[in-house]
Amino acid sequence: MSNDTEYTQSAATDSGAGSGSTPMSDPYAPGYETSEGRVHTVAGQDWDVVHGAEPGKKERVVVNMGPQHPSTHGVLRLVLELEGETVTEARCGIGYLHTGIEKNMEYRSWTQGVTFVTRMDYLSPFFNETAYCLAVEKLLGITDQIPERANVIRVMMMELNRISSHLVCLATGGMEIGALSAMIFGFRERELILDLFELVTGLRMNSAYVRPGGVAQDLPADAEAKIRETMKILPGRLKDTSDLLVDNSIWMGRTQNIGFLDLPSCMALGITGPVLRSTGYAHDLRKTQPYCGYETYDFNVPTVDTADVYGRFLIRIAEMGESMKIVAQCLDRLKPGPVMVEDKRIAWPAQLAVGSDGQGNSAEHIKKIMAESMEALIHHFKLVTEGFSVPAGQAYAAIESPRGELGAYVVSDGGTRPYRVHFRDPSFNNLQATPAMSEGGQIADIIAAVASIDPVMGGVDR
Amino acid sequence: MGLEEKLPSGFLLTTVEQFAGYARKSALWPATFGLACCAIEMMTTGGARYDLARFGMEVFRASPRQADLMIVAGRVSQKMAPVLRQIYDQMAGPKWVLAMGVCASSGGMFNNYAILQGVDHVVPVDIYLPGCPPRPEMLIDAILKLHDQISATKLGPNRAKEIVANEQLALAAPSTLEMKGLLR
Amino acid sequence: MSENLNLLIVSGGAAAPSTVHTKHGMFAPSAGGDTSGFGGLVQSFTIGAPSARPYGGDFDVLADAAEEAIKNAGLVVSEVFEKVVVAYGEMTFFVHREHLRAVAQMFRDEPTLRFEMCMGVNGVHYPFEEGRELHAVYPLLSLSYNRRVRLEVAVPDADPHIPSVVDIYPANNWHERETWDFFGIIFDGHPALTRIEMPDDWPGHPQRKDYPLGGIDIEYKGATISAPDKRRSYS
Repeated sequence: MSNDTEYTQSAATDSGAGSGSTPMSDPYAPGYETSEGRVHTVAGQDWDVVHGAEPGKKERVVVNMGPQHPSTHGVLRLVLELEGETVTEARCGIGYLHTGIEKNMEYRSWTQGVTFVTRMDYLSPFFNETAYCLAVEKLLGITDQIPERANVIRVMMMELNRISSHLVCLATGGMEIGALSAMIFGFRERELILDLFELVTGLRMNSAYVRPGGVAQDLPADAEAKIRETMKILPGRLKDTSDLLVDNSIWMGRTQNIGFLDLPSCMALGITGPVLRSTGYAHDLRKTQPYCGYETYDFNVPTVDTADVYGRFLIRIAEMGESMKIVAQCLDRLKPGPVMVEDKRIAWPAQLAVGSDGQGNSAEHIKKIMAESMEALIHHFKLVTEGFSVPAGQAYAAIESPRGELGAYVVSDGGTRPYRVHFRDPSFNNLQATPAMSEGGQIADIIAAVASIDPVMGGVDR
Repeated sequence: MGLEEKLPSGFLLTTVEQFAGYARKSALWPATFGLACCAIEMMTTGGARYDLARFGMEVFRASPRQADLMIVAGRVSQKMAPVLRQIYDQMAGPKWVLAMGVCASSGGMFNNYAILQGVDHVVPVDIYLPGCPPRPEMLIDAILKLHDQISATKLGPNRAKEIVANEQLALAAPSTLEMKGLLR
Repeated sequence: MSENLNLLIVSGGAAAPSTVHTKHGMFAPSAGGDTSGFGGLVQSFTIGAPSARPYGGDFDVLADAAEEAIKNAGLVVSEVFEKVVVAYGEMTFFVHREHLRAVAQMFRDEPTLRFEMCMGVNGVHYPFEEGRELHAVYPLLSLSYNRRVRLEVAVPDADPHIPSVVDIYPANNWHERETWDFFGIIFDGHPALTRIEMPDDWPGHPQRKDYPLGGIDIEYKGATISAPDKRRSYS
């Protein structure tokens, strides 16, 4: 680094930052001084100005990719130092989607927190909701009292979400590397699963379905049949999608031996999820620290030991197959029963149904609270507006999301609102591996490496 | 702009306006400005089931210089706002902006320090689309309404008059606080 | 519901007190006009009451291993750990900040502890806890023993410095930057402690309790709904 010289303007024309010493002084692309030399924003027709390097010295170009870029997997800014096509340094700039969700939740009740949390990692909303609800239920002490049907439904929705999330990873990863058909195939398959989400929860994405104490409402009558039907179609479709890419020599050429990250690096960087499993280490929280009854399901944890992008891609395809197995087991396990905890001081009071005005009010429930029982009305009112209180303390609940360990850290001060909620998002953590995976490689390989980490910027920035 | 803007107004221009409007709306290329959850719904709208290609819009240009329509899909944070403006400025006219989702229209559910309360704080918006996220059909509906708006746009001196008239309408329109009616 | 009067602070003979949040009133303006009587309500909630041995379950084994490691390093347990809290099935060691790095190193390297992964650090701001307002929480995961533990460091607002553990747990690099960004906790020894989520020149630390939520009033058809932090609150 000590011998490098940046592209600098020649001293004669250097007259200070932003003063327009170049012929094309662009007000949106000023140059400015830094301790490392002058930074020039290339604005067009100014190569003579930019190219002031002395012959014989090495040149260092710092290139900015993003935040608006079709291939950076969301609003991710990559600051790359290039030597030709080789990346000598790569740094990620994040925060372009920072929404202040964690602070916003401190002003809403515990149940309303679910609607915020669901929009963090927007490709796996059910996982966000479940992690949060598990942490809240830990503080409430009702983890064992969640009805079995609610747990089975939670597992089923989470595994369906895992399939849809991995499909987006394949689709967008393929698109970023150039395999545009993968995008079309992936999103088409995903529509099947989004139809199921819409049938059960009412929304395709961001449904706020899993609530502290259980789930918001029971499955509709035709849900089971529809899910079984979809599970019959899905394996064939997934095979079509994976056949596009598996054993595809171009795909393999782009992804094999790219983005290498071995086990000690993963452990040092706290990487979990498919990236960790691509090193050969079968760490999956569903097996090691099960939740929601995962210990009773029969499934495998796929691993490979190549620790490259292709390996992670194969793991995701295998995980989709395992998720389908789990969904089939869930369907067999569904027994009639409640879907909300019995404790009436916590359970969401209303059962939702589509009413005559298109809004989600159950006619019997309204009749009861408005016409029959004053106490029921008060109970409903208090629980919906004020919400339940959660005992003071802190809890951390971690689940295995499609990207890795998603941890919800919740602090309660005994009130009806969270005191502090923090999500340990796997994408936030895993993105730190970008320099380790990409420095020394080529620019095109960074895209593949980042796609294999599969970061969702909503989770990274929250 | 082009030759069509330099023609004198009159009967000839009307036909040209109709033709230009039809041509512009039929191949409106969106710029990729997908930010958050709405971006995923925008991608599915371009996908196989809700096909945007039938409207000539499947080509999402990464470079704003080649794009006509910026669909701001998702919540715009304070850090992203200058980037948004820069991309808008880099687009060549005629250009339109569609604020997709409640976060882009008004800040959505995130009424806080980090999110711009509506992208119309930094770019002029032609059509607002509510929803969290809006269904693909809703996005297509908004795009078709925008198509109607585009095909009705005038050219040349008529356009200048139209801009002045629109501005008068906008200045005379009541603010959201002054509007009357039920709160729904 | 357990928001009943919980005034008792469990004394475990530990050096550090529990975090006690005393709330006055429940809703509505407390200055006059309150006919409900709730304005005079005083509630105290305790977070992190120190626990006494035996901790139950595997926690005693873990605590023994930790104390053994501390003694082997030539340190005194009561100087290293402020208190130990076992609650809701989780164990938290409150560590004095001078010894944080030594403890982190021990927890990672000792064969009986082996917490290989740190799940990041995050901050919590307790403005009512004089002299210990900012807490930094480090969840640790042991892959070898399949267990979790939490380290917590409390520092005063006036001197918000905590030694950085990035060279022990490189995963904490971005997490420490985020905690600095949101709480103002300065991690000494961090290679590049800059803002990560907020714009680089943002003033203030947003997730502190004294930082406003910053919303705007929603005005529609004659009605105004104030920003969420300005509305009436129930607790």
